[in-house]
Amino acid sequence: MKENVFKKIDWLVLPLIGVAAVLILWQISCATWAKDLPTPHKTWETSKPYIVEPFAKRGEMDQGILRFTWYSLILVAKGYALALIIGTPVGFFLGLSKTFTKIFDPLIQVLRPVSPLAWLPLGLVLFMGAGKNASELGALFTIAVCSMWPTVLNTAVGVRAIPQDYLNVAKVLKLSRTKTLFKVLIPASLPYMFTGFRLSLGIAWLVIVAAEMLTGRPGVGGFLWQEYNSLIYEHIILCIVTIGVVGFILDRLMSVVERRFKTI
Amino acid sequence: MPFLELKNVSKSFGGNPVLKDISLNIEKGEFVAIVGFSGTGKTTLISLIAGLLKPSHGSLMLNDLEITGPGPDRGIVFQNYSLLPWLTVFENILLAVEAVNPNWTPDKRKEHVEKYIAMVNLTPARNKLPSELSGGMRQRVSVARALAMDPQILLLDEPLSALDALTRATLQDEISRIWSQDRKTVVMITNDPDEGILLADRIIPLTAGPGATLGPEITIDLPRPRDRKEINHSARFKEIRRELITFMLNSKSERHTSITKKLILPDIEPEDLDRPPRFFTGRARPKRASEIKEETVEA
Repeated sequence: MKENVFKKIDWLVLPLIGVAAVLILWQISCATWAKDLPTPHKTWETSKPYIVEPFAKRGEMDQGILRFTWYSLILVAKGYALALIIGTPVGFFLGLSKTFTKIFDPLIQVLRPVSPLAWLPLGLVLFMGAGKNASELGALFTIAVCSMWPTVLNTAVGVRAIPQDYLNVAKVLKLSRTKTLFKVLIPASLPYMFTGFRLSLGIAWLVIVAAEMLTGRPGVGGFLWQEYNSLIYEHIILCIVTIGVVGFILDRLMSVVERRFKTI
Repeated sequence: MPFLELKNVSKSFGGNPVLKDISLNIEKGEFVAIVGFSGTGKTTLISLIAGLLKPSHGSLMLNDLEITGPGPDRGIVFQNYSLLPWLTVFENILLAVEAVNPNWTPDKRKEHVEKYIAMVNLTPARNKLPSELSGGMRQRVSVARALAMDPQILLLDEPLSALDALTRATLQDEISRIWSQDRKTVVMITNDPDEGILLADRIIPLTAGPGATLGPEITIDLPRPRDRKEINHSARFKEIRRELITFMLNSKSERHTSITKKLILPDIEPEDLDRPPRFFTGRARPKRASEIKEETVEA
């Protein structure tokens, strides 16, 4: 009986043990070798106004943490949408045409590992003429370019993995190209595509922080960098935790959607 | 003039002949079964007729027209059903009906689909996905899809080989019933001689590969409708069966050629389980015979 109760709540208890262990380690670090690191308690005290009033707006760079998160999310949504709109068709072409793959695959493999920190200056240069909007457009460009690759590659794999049987059905029925695309190719590769979409979203969220740091836009990343420069180290930790939690929630949401689209 | 005519058809994949010199004439309304061992190119033969493959040599004519590619005039029931898993029973059949009759009204298409779902007794399952159906039900959907296209000829590629014996028997009766309704031309590939004899007008053995070809055909003059229980006692049935099986077994034994291969023995010594496992690394890994360089012999 007793054991059963423990089994039922261990999903809550066990992760808490992990959190407690990290807090203890953190506290010890503060006391011993990292004198500049704020203690957990101090971090909480300093961050409190940003958490209890998450939507407050006291100035351009002094806003509630959820308000900052909201700015970041909007920028991510735009860049991510751009990545999907470009990445999915490119992935389809890669999957369908061997020639297309031979032309573009080496290029993709070379561009894929490039860090967002390297793309951002290029983005800023590209949109220099846009004046006030240059930083936003540059950030969008960076998010789109960095987060596109998983979508491209997974879609291509998905299209290549379509069983010959389904293609035979399309051939025997003499389906038109559009019909084959919408009735056979897209549904058959959907599970792979959604795996790509999920990975892309993770990367888009990773890139936003770097983009905001460098452009100084209001958002979680921008706030983090500003507070580092203002020597308020507690807020750095607040931002890190926020970024982690939001990233986790986004991933969970996407995996729910992904499961919904498991056609096979 | 035969309805379907195969003239000296050969097919090889990368220099390996699979089918050799196949000639076959099928009349309109005939039910022909082709029996062969697995791996002898039966599916290749049906894919050639379906137009999914092109012959290396020879020609295939349907209704005096050369077969150049796949088309809905040849309804095909695949061995593995090949239903689209994201479409329901109804939608799977509708997709075929839409493709074949693009200018029908939606109501007419729907009615047509319903008719064929009813024909294979699947009306209660019309809104289910293939993954929710048993193997036998999936194959019935596949048959209904092929029939709903109203093809000139129906190609059955080992339609029942993935099913258990009882479901198989039920579906055989069902195919027989459906065929007797509209007497379509049918080419059925099977690996079961009994199935072929029960259903077909003519049965043709495919010799053992590689380079398989058709053997002498046997006309099955058993009266229809054939009852599977009674047919087992019919002397003619036994005779056809014996003739067919004898031919097939002979064709296989003729193929017994000898190849000399190098004998490879396992290169591993028995493990000594008596020795206690060492701490941390556990028991020593087994030794290969080729690794043992010396041995101790008591002199």
